[in-house]
Amino acid sequence: MPLWLRRSAHYLLATVLALWTLIPIVLIGLAALTPRSDFFTWPRTIIPSQFSLESLRFFVNSFGILRSTVNSLVVALATVVISLLLGAPAGYALTRFRFRGREAFQTGILVTRMFPTSILAVPLAVTFIRWRLYDTLLGVTLMHVTLALPFVVIITAGVFTRVPKDLEEAAQTLGCSRLGAFFRVSLPLILPGLAASGILTFVMSWNEVFAATILTVNNRTLPAQIMGTLGASPLYFKFAGGFFMIVPAILFILAIRRYLINLWGVSINK
Amino acid sequence: MLVFFVVPLVQVFLLSIRTEDGAFTLLHFQRMASDVYFTRALKNTFLITVIVVPAQLVLAMTMALIVNRKLRGSMLYLSIFAIPMSISDLASGLIWLSIFTERGYLNAALQGAGLIDRAVIYLSHQSPQWLLGALVISEVWRATPLVMLILLAGLQMIAKDYLEAADTFGATPWQRFRLVILPLLRPSIQTALVIRTMLALQVFGPVVVLTGRLLPVLASESYFWYELIRNERVASAYALTLTLLSILVTWGYFVFLRPKDDQIGVV
Repeated sequence: MPLWLRRSAHYLLATVLALWTLIPIVLIGLAALTPRSDFFTWPRTIIPSQFSLESLRFFVNSFGILRSTVNSLVVALATVVISLLLGAPAGYALTRFRFRGREAFQTGILVTRMFPTSILAVPLAVTFIRWRLYDTLLGVTLMHVTLALPFVVIITAGVFTRVPKDLEEAAQTLGCSRLGAFFRVSLPLILPGLAASGILTFVMSWNEVFAATILTVNNRTLPAQIMGTLGASPLYFKFAGGFFMIVPAILFILAIRRYLINLWGVSINK
Repeated sequence: MLVFFVVPLVQVFLLSIRTEDGAFTLLHFQRMASDVYFTRALKNTFLITVIVVPAQLVLAMTMALIVNRKLRGSMLYLSIFAIPMSISDLASGLIWLSIFTERGYLNAALQGAGLIDRAVIYLSHQSPQWLLGALVISEVWRATPLVMLILLAGLQMIAKDYLEAADTFGATPWQRFRLVILPLLRPSIQTALVIRTMLALQVFGPVVVLTGRLLPVLASESYFWYELIRNERVASAYALTLTLLSILVTWGYFVFLRPKDDQIGVV
């Protein structure tokens, strides 16, 4: 096959796959901007008769949506802070120190990823009722920290591995303390990586629905709120809700796209 | 860690095998097994996993190979391919609902093309194949990027020498893929398979959005027993069944896909 034909085939396939990825997102965007009367007419057109914010406005003003959005933000931010505070030192320890039980610790992290973690929500709900954490944002946050922690540890360990230990040692020979070497040399280098894993954690928490639904009744996060009203809500509410949920998530993921690959230990350098 | 993994696991176990006053019983499991939804849930969970995971592997491999050729625009394609990663299973269900619902885009497109006159109802109990199809598409669409990233990570670790050697000996692209890339990628493929199978067994959001309870799976039944029937013991029995299934499958992968040499996975 001549080179130009191979190239064309490559780009054709890539474009088809890109369209397969993008078209559904465009469609939900269109659906969210379609006035509700369009959903009751037939034949229906793909492009709405007019673009309107009616559905989105209806969604945002619906009972419980604003509050659950705030709840989602609070839970996601708290999850990021707690899991970074707990996970980053663990990741650092894994890469820098050889300590007793290091292997066991590493295996333990892998094992936690084997279990259907969201399923833990049912027994946790029972425990939380006893601890008076049921239906509180703290309870959901703790659950999300549990789900995110293995990822944060593995990702930060990956980030720390790429900061050579030599740099820290060089700083130490030049008169830095161990802690000083960490804060002045390593930290600035790993900050973008940490930020990326923080954003990933945020998106994970923002998206999580099973545990959040099980663990709350009144203090719902946004996905749990939408989930809970699914049976009673009209189509345009659902589409507006779907769009409302995915926009921030997509923006965040695009913001860290370079790191997304790095997070899994890859680089795209030519 | 211990508090949030081990304690709940023990508890889910205790919840499912004890009565309210603490006596041991298999009642909850019997109730679960005799429920009309149970066999269907088990079957559907299995079916979805068996269809979704291989489909994703093929699609993700194609995407990873495209990006890894590093022609102009690779970064752009990678960014696009990765987008669904940010989308929750619930939102993905809603997206595909906008396509498959009666007044959805699929019907609009078919009508526009002159193929149908009246709107077809896809998501009903009368067409289980459409229910399953919509669910599979939604899952494949949403969760392929994760597999792609794992495979891409593996592809980039393959030393160029091997590929150059293959070229020197006149290997066709297909031979190069099958005889060089695929064996070297084995650990990544294994990781991707284990993680994705685990997540496919847990499928929940799109199931409820697209099918309600028309196409029950284990996770959604656990949810319905907890949320609607308010019986956390049978819900726990479902959760435990799901956990055991996951452990069994992971173990199966490790036994049957054990790397022949001392190859070590990416994750």
